[in-house]
Amino acid sequence: MTGLEAPLALFLLVNLLAALIRAARGPTPADRMLAALLFGTTGVGALLLMAHARESAAMPLVDTALVLALLAAIAGVAFARRAWHVSGRDDDAA
Amino acid sequence: MTLLEALSALLLLSGAGFYLAGTVGLLRFPDVYTRLHALTKADNLGLGLLALGLSLQADSLAAGLKILLVWPLVLVASAAVSFAIARRAHELGIAPAGADSQRRESRAGDRRDGA
Repeated sequence: MTGLEAPLALFLLVNLLAALIRAARGPTPADRMLAALLFGTTGVGALLLMAHARESAAMPLVDTALVLALLAAIAGVAFARRAWHVSGRDDDAA
Repeated sequence: MTLLEALSALLLLSGAGFYLAGTVGLLRFPDVYTRLHALTKADNLGLGLLALGLSLQADSLAAGLKILLVWPLVLVASAAVSFAIARRAHELGIAPAGADSQRRESRAGDRRDGA
């Protein structure tokens, strides 16, 4: 316990907020999806930090981080293989 | 502060630095392919450093290993995701940013003729 955990978790959440700008700007659907995937990796980091910051409920939060990582992967692959079609290309040049 | 705690704090801070680099890259890079790099390299290194730093402070060996095990899972997952998205973007004919600017330069007709 170094006292760094909670500030760093907050810092990662600010990173997530910044990534929302990318989700808003696009331009391709994949760029918006990348912001969602960033929620995967950065969210896992923030959850691990918070799990360590509050000792009592540590393990459930680590489990949550594992599930979040898996769901982000499944969402990304499902998006690439199933959901992303040519119609998403027209605003490509922006 | 013991040596272990200092090492852990160092790892946590450098991990946060890589997360920041990944976010800046996601915002600043010009196209899907380069943004995939920022997301799946910088962020995963940040997560690895963070997990290592946290597992150094874990109470038991099992708890530390569990935190550390999150990292390989995310590594494999993001490798698969970045491959799938990059291949799909290529299939859909999205041009990399570098190819675009080269085309613009040759259309402008300067510099590339001289080269």
